[in-house]
Amino acid sequence: MPRSSAPTVTRPRAGARLGAGVGADAARPDGVPKARGEFAFSSDLWMDGMLWGKTLRSPHVSARIVAVDPSPALAIPGVRAVVTAADVPGRPTYGLEVPDQPVFASEVVRYHGEPVAAVAADHPEAARAAARAIEVVYEPLEPVVDAERALEAPPLHPDGNLFRHLVIRHGDLEATGDVVVEGSYVVGMQDQAFMGPESGLAVPAEDGGIDLYVATQWLHVDRDQIAESLGMPPERVRLHLAGVGGAFGGREDVSLQIHLCLLALGTGRPVKMVYSRDESFFGHVHRHPAKMWFRHHATRGGDLVKVEARIVLDGGAYLSSSNAVVSNAACFAPGPYRVPNALIDAYAVRTNNPPCGAMRGFGAVQVCYGHEAQMDKLAAALGMDPVELRLRNALERFDRLVTGQVLTGAVPVRECIRAAMAHPLPPAPSPLDPPMARPGGAGLTADHADVRRGVGVAVSVKNVAYSEGFDDYATARVRLEVGVGGEPVATVVAATAEVGQGFVTLAQQIVREELGVAGVLLAPAGTTDIGSAGSSSASRQTWMSGGAIQLACAAIRRQLIARAAASWGCAESSLEWDAAEVVHEGTGERLGLAALLAHGAVEAEHEYHHRPTVPLDADGQGDAHLSVMVAAHRAVVDVDPGLGLVKVVQVATGQDVGRALNPTQVTGQIEGGIAQGIGLAVMEEIVLDEGRVKNPSFTDYLVPTTLDMPAVAATFVEEPEPDAPYGAKGVGEPPAISSGPAVLAAIRDATGMALTRAPVRPEDIALAGAAPLSVASGQPR
Amino acid sequence: MTSREVARSPDGCQEPGEEASDAPADEVAGAYELAGAYELAGAYELHVNGTVRTVEDAWLGESLLYVLRERLGLSGAKNACEQGECGSCSVLLDDVVVCACCVLAVDAIGSHVETVEGVTERGVAADVQAALLAAGGVQCGFCTPGFVVAVYDLLRRRPDAGELEVREALSGNLCRCTGYGRILEAVRTVQEERSGAAV
Repeated sequence: MPRSSAPTVTRPRAGARLGAGVGADAARPDGVPKARGEFAFSSDLWMDGMLWGKTLRSPHVSARIVAVDPSPALAIPGVRAVVTAADVPGRPTYGLEVPDQPVFASEVVRYHGEPVAAVAADHPEAARAAARAIEVVYEPLEPVVDAERALEAPPLHPDGNLFRHLVIRHGDLEATGDVVVEGSYVVGMQDQAFMGPESGLAVPAEDGGIDLYVATQWLHVDRDQIAESLGMPPERVRLHLAGVGGAFGGREDVSLQIHLCLLALGTGRPVKMVYSRDESFFGHVHRHPAKMWFRHHATRGGDLVKVEARIVLDGGAYLSSSNAVVSNAACFAPGPYRVPNALIDAYAVRTNNPPCGAMRGFGAVQVCYGHEAQMDKLAAALGMDPVELRLRNALERFDRLVTGQVLTGAVPVRECIRAAMAHPLPPAPSPLDPPMARPGGAGLTADHADVRRGVGVAVSVKNVAYSEGFDDYATARVRLEVGVGGEPVATVVAATAEVGQGFVTLAQQIVREELGVAGVLLAPAGTTDIGSAGSSSASRQTWMSGGAIQLACAAIRRQLIARAAASWGCAESSLEWDAAEVVHEGTGERLGLAALLAHGAVEAEHEYHHRPTVPLDADGQGDAHLSVMVAAHRAVVDVDPGLGLVKVVQVATGQDVGRALNPTQVTGQIEGGIAQGIGLAVMEEIVLDEGRVKNPSFTDYLVPTTLDMPAVAATFVEEPEPDAPYGAKGVGEPPAISSGPAVLAAIRDATGMALTRAPVRPEDIALAGAAPLSVASGQPR
Repeated sequence: MTSREVARSPDGCQEPGEEASDAPADEVAGAYELAGAYELAGAYELHVNGTVRTVEDAWLGESLLYVLRERLGLSGAKNACEQGECGSCSVLLDDVVVCACCVLAVDAIGSHVETVEGVTERGVAADVQAALLAAGGVQCGFCTPGFVVAVYDLLRRRPDAGELEVREALSGNLCRCTGYGRILEAVRTVQEERSGAAV
């Protein structure tokens, strides 16, 4: 069943014959304009007479706002408007789960960089000067920046400091194992660092409403939050998807949307806003930092008996999606293993740190650093091979998660592990290697004699789509008609956010597959003409929007069969669809699309809902998840322990994809996700100093470059998912989950150090065991 | 107490005169006002993509990237960081790759500027663009124009560059979607095609 990339594709019906149906390496419809620099991203928008917006953000982590005086800003030539909390006509707050986040801070600021006001001016420099000129009098307060302390501290917000406390009690809580290992682990704050900064253009409309062109992951939920704060009916707030320069969870929450609309409505002019890279770091939520403790019990033979864990996620100042993130962290804390007994105690907490929310992997990433380090520790304690231990305990179909849920779909954990391990290892480091291939890379800092090789393995599991009873759905409409050239053309209308993942390609492939038409147009995504597609997150759009398109096409086929039945005067039951034709089973007569569409276009809309899930109960039990995705990673690293430098040499993976609908795009998701996983393992962290963000730039927040990324060897494990359209699971998140823990395991293997923190910093290796440095002098104390 | 502290300004915009200044933000803003938000450069000409383009009513502090994108309608060069770290704004200035965000537009007077639009128009990177698409090197596409310019420049200077040299040469171009695997694959493809064609 496991297969290496570039699988042979056996596909039904017409799409394969067209060479661009489901399973083919179809080309992106937006590819050519993107490669030519002609694709319009949200920051490329321009309109006659438009103004430039700019946000004023708090320089304090926690403070009372005593007074805000916009008059010095308004005195600057070219400044057209200043808006503050006093100018929000509707609900003063917004939020994905609970509206606890102010559009503008009014009485207090709760994190460094919280918006306080926004301005619109003729020129971006005038807008920046004006934002600076606004006089805000703050009374700084003592911030609470430690999540454990926040649990005991006075409330930082009327909703309190505990977002969610979730306990999973599964099986016999008194059970113990012959062998017990425990450990504490820390994961730092990662940023999505999408390339296209937050940006958009708001245009006031004649009906008093607003048109907003913006890069987002979920148009309809943005719209609803904007409408609430503008005090407008949602239909007067019209969102249009502008080109999205990456997302990775960072565009799920509202950032500049409401500010832009307020400025445009206030001035009566179009307003454009583009965050600088620095502001982008303040403008969106991050991955939750985590502090975790685990205790694993096993038999002497190596069977897991019980997993205990305590997980504390720092949610920062506002809720965002913390409740769902902590649920994932708790549910997947044991990893992809059969665990008969578990006690998981998980918290998401409000602090004065930057708000945290969605990022690729969503709660499963943090706990993977813990459960995989534990599996290695347990293997060492048992004297067992760590891969063998994982294979022995691997979840299988019809096993239970610690939530009690029976996994009825594909769970090819063993296949993924074996596929990852089957890839050849890279050659050992050699004195003949070019210096640039060594740890330190272009810095040429490591000597061959100091380099140690390590290999590590990690495996992960995560839910696909939304969980815990959320009514998760996607809407799509397909229209089939005769095009201007006389050939049949299909048009897909869906509000699905294309954020780079390639859903636009899949949408075309699915229609080609289902209707046998070569020409498939995609209407611009927006809120005016179609219902919600849900969010482009949780690896869900292939399944959800893909399912909506597939079933809309099926409805079109039924309509065409009905037309043929009417035309032939026969029963619909005697007809069937074959490629792009209706065939009469009895006579063998055929009617092609040209004839079928001669009487006009055919159109069908479908709202696809996945199988219902239920909320977790008081013991954290319940069928809360639609399905799970699995991946295994093996990392090979070279380390110079004296310098603390790491070079990731290779990552091999086996990934459970259900079925690869576009192998090239799946490979792109796997390689890109692994890059983000490596980033969190060895270089990416938003550094905080008492809540202040110290490194909001690409100079100081390092994302992997071509010199940091190793070769990736990927195998798709294709076991079709029973409920999913075409058997395909999501593929975006798994590569970002266990790739980092595999790298950390490899560094441990190379150095023999415990290394319980991600990212691993050079000093964590080079100064391990050394006396701590005095911050003031830089000298050992 | 005023609104901002320069050193930890959350937007961190490179304000005129800010980089070297420890002055409180309001004084910097004051200096900006004294200088005049609309002190204009006067009309000037830039040679862009083989054409003389006139820039009017521009502020002297505008970067080449801003002028290309917002005044000349050439939005192919991108604004991912505006700090010279990501390469998304890569253009050729007198045939040398630069980050357009780090060049003042008025400093480009008298130079020849070529953007991704110009490279595309001339067709000199058509194989690079086709290979990026065929290999799957384009996802969100925000970094793509910068990579097109950088790969075009690399392969005309060093057509036979080995893998490490390619990686080093492209390490100034950040991509957050692809993990670079498909981009590097595209570079190899172009190298093979060109060397095959040359035989």
